[in-house]
Amino acid sequence: MYKVANRRQLAPSIVLFEVEAPEVAQKVEPGQFVIVRTDEKGERIPLTVMDFDRTKGTITIVVQDVGYSSAIINQMTERSAFLDFIGPLGVPTEIENYGTVVCIGGGLGIAPIYPIARALKEVGNQVVAVLGSRSADLLILEEEMRAVSHEVVIATNDGSAGVQGFVTDGLAYILNQGKTINAVWAIGPVVMMKAVAEFTKPLGIKTIVSMNPVMVDGTGMCGACRVSIGSETKFACVDGPEFDGHLVDFDLAMQRLSYFKDEENRARARLQCNHEGGHH
Amino acid sequence: MKEKATRHEMPCQDPVIRAHNFDEVALGYSKETAVAEAKRCLQCKKPLCVGSCPVEVLIPQFIKKITEEDFAGAGEVLKEKNSLPAVCGRVCPQESQCESKCVLGIKDEPVAIGRLERFAADYQPAMGKSKVSVPAPTGKRVAIIGAGPAGLTCAGDSAKKGHAVTVFEALHVAGGVLMYGIPQFRLPKEVVQSEIDNLKAMGVEIKVNTVVGKITSVDELMAEGYDAVFLGTGAGLPNFMGIPGENLNGVYSANEFLTRANLMKAYRFPEYATPIKVGKRVAVLGAGNVAMDGARTSLRLGAKEVYIVYRRSRTEMPARVEEVEHAEEEGVKLYLLTNPIKLNGDDRGWVKSMTCLRHELGEPDESGRRSPVPIPGSEFDLDVDTVIVAIGQGPNPLLTKSTPGLELNKRGNIVVDPETMETSKPGVFAGGDIVTGAATVILAMGAGKKAAAAIDKYLKNM
Repeated sequence: MYKVANRRQLAPSIVLFEVEAPEVAQKVEPGQFVIVRTDEKGERIPLTVMDFDRTKGTITIVVQDVGYSSAIINQMTERSAFLDFIGPLGVPTEIENYGTVVCIGGGLGIAPIYPIARALKEVGNQVVAVLGSRSADLLILEEEMRAVSHEVVIATNDGSAGVQGFVTDGLAYILNQGKTINAVWAIGPVVMMKAVAEFTKPLGIKTIVSMNPVMVDGTGMCGACRVSIGSETKFACVDGPEFDGHLVDFDLAMQRLSYFKDEENRARARLQCNHEGGHH
Repeated sequence: MKEKATRHEMPCQDPVIRAHNFDEVALGYSKETAVAEAKRCLQCKKPLCVGSCPVEVLIPQFIKKITEEDFAGAGEVLKEKNSLPAVCGRVCPQESQCESKCVLGIKDEPVAIGRLERFAADYQPAMGKSKVSVPAPTGKRVAIIGAGPAGLTCAGDSAKKGHAVTVFEALHVAGGVLMYGIPQFRLPKEVVQSEIDNLKAMGVEIKVNTVVGKITSVDELMAEGYDAVFLGTGAGLPNFMGIPGENLNGVYSANEFLTRANLMKAYRFPEYATPIKVGKRVAVLGAGNVAMDGARTSLRLGAKEVYIVYRRSRTEMPARVEEVEHAEEEGVKLYLLTNPIKLNGDDRGWVKSMTCLRHELGEPDESGRRSPVPIPGSEFDLDVDTVIVAIGQGPNPLLTKSTPGLELNKRGNIVVDPETMETSKPGVFAGGDIVTGAATVILAMGAGKKAAAAIDKYLKNM
C-alpha cells in the first residue's frame, strides 16, 4: 500500500496528493508518469508526476475529478492509501540549457509543467511560465510556479486573472515583449496543446507537448495509447509521453480520448447513484 | 491383459450457454473417469511421452498414482517437475507434445495425459494445501524478472534448490499472460492464483508493481547482492498490420482487449471500473490461440457476429485444433484466405467496415506453409464495428534497452546459449518469449526450467 502523506484541495475539483512511494521517488524525473489503482476493482490510472522528494520518499500527483476513477481518488484522505502505485514510467523530459524557454500549463496541465520548469531553470534557462485556466478560481499552483520561473504570465478565459483569453494569447504577449523563445513546453487539454503547436509552428519554435491518452498497462504491452507522430504510430507510454508538438496528430488524439466516453458516463452515473444511497 | 477402453471425453459446458458466460468451458474429469482413463496407460518402460514434455513431467508415474486412487500422490509427482500443473493441464498443446508420442496413439487414441494432469493438479487445492518441503538455504539469491510462465517456473525450481528467490513483476498481479492474456473461461484466475500461492508457500518472494528497467535495473539488482538474474519478460509489444485506419476507435490490439477483459475484469464493468466496448460485429485478425481467445471473449461480451479473418487456410491456422473447434461451436465464423487492406471509419472516427482482399494458396514459403497470394480485383467490404488485431507481438525493449552487455538478435530478442539459457552477460539467464518470440506457455516453462538448472550449477561453481 502507498499511503497518502498529504492532501491539499487546490481548486473545487482538483486535489494534490503527496504519496509515500520511496522506490519510485528515488528514480523519477520530470516528464515521467505513474499509474495508480485505488482498490481491487479499480482502473489503472496514468498520472503525470507533479513533484517528488527523494529524501522523504514521496511523489506528488494532482488529480482532477473528471470521471468515475478520478472522483474516487479525490475522495481519498490522509488516512487513505493507494493499492498500487507503479512508476516511474515514460521517457523523462530532455533537460538542457536551451536559452529562453516558455512553460505553458493549461488547467490541470500546470501540475506536470511544474517539475519541468524547475529543472529547466536549474540548468540555467530563462524560464517564462504561461498559466491558463477558465477562471481565477480554477487556477492552480500559481505560487509554486512563480518560485520556479523568472516570469509568470496568466491567461484566463473570462479575464478574472491575468490577460483575458487563451494560453496562446499569453504566448503572444511574451513574443510582443521582443523576447526570443528557444523552446516551448505545453501541457494541458489536447485542444490547448494543438493551439500552441499551431501557433509556434510557423515561427519555427521547438515545441514539446505531453500526451495523456487512454492507457492500460503503461509499459508498452497493450497499445491503447497509440498516437500518430509525423504519420508514424507511437506508444505514448514507452515512446513518450512527450513528443514534438509539430508532428502530433492532435485530432486523432482527441478522437481516441472519446473511445470510452459512453462507458465513463455509465460509471459516473453509478457513482452519483451510490452517493444518493441507491443500489442497482 | 488390459481391457481395451476408448479415450474418455471431458465434459464441457453446452456451447450455446457457455458463449454467454465466463465460467470455465471444460469441466474436468470425475474421479471415476480419471481412474478409468488412467488405466488405459500402458506404463511403458521407456515412455516416449516424457521425452516430448518440455518440463519432463513423470507422466507414467503420476498416472499410476491415479489408477491407485492416490490422487494427492499424483499431484506430488506432478509438482516434482512442474511448478504450474493446473495451468499446464489446461493450456498445454498436449496433442503435439506428450500425447503425440503415446504408443496407444499409433492404432487407437492416445491417453488423455492433459486431462489427467488437470485432474490431479486440481485435486490438491480442493483438498487443502499440500505439505511444502523447503530445502536448506544455500545463501544464494536469484532475481527473476517477470512473473509469467517462464519466470514462475524458474522461481519454483530455484526455490526447490534452496536459493532465495525474488520475482519482480511490472503489473499489479503475478502470472503474466496467464493472468492478462488467457481468458477466465479457459484458465480460471483462481487456478493461476493458487499455483502462485504454492510458490509463495515455498518461500518465493513476489514484488509486483516493479518495472525493472525503470524503477531498478539488472545491474542494480546484481549490485544489491543478487547472485544470478533470470529474464522472463515475455513478448510485450503488440504488432499491428500497418494498414490505414488502425488507429480508429473500435480497433484494439488483442493484448489490450484481453488485458481489459482478463486482468482488469472489464467483463464485470461497471462493478470493476475498467471499461471495454464491443460492438455487434467483430473481426479478429489472425488465427492463433490469442485470436481465438479474442473472438470467444467478444461473443461473451455480447457481440452478435464474430469473424476470424485469416489470410491462409484452415490447415495453416496456428491455433490448437481444440480452440478452433470450441470457437466454431460457440458461433465464431471463419473468413479464411482473406486479408484486410484498409479499415474504414465513420465521421466520428469509429471503424465501420474493413476492405479485404481474397487470397489463394501459392507455393510454400520459408515457414513451410503455403503462402497466400492475393487475387487481383477481389476486394470486398466487410461491415464491422470492432476489430481486434491478433497477429503476434514483438519483444518489449523496456528491460533490454536498460541492460548494457546483453546481446540481442536483429528482432530485439535476447540471444542465449540454447543449453543453459545463459545470455552474453555473466550471471544473467533468459527464457520464454523474450528469447524465442511469441510461443506457448509450456515452451516458456521449459526454458525457465532449463535456466533454473543452469543457474543452480552456476551458483555452485561461484
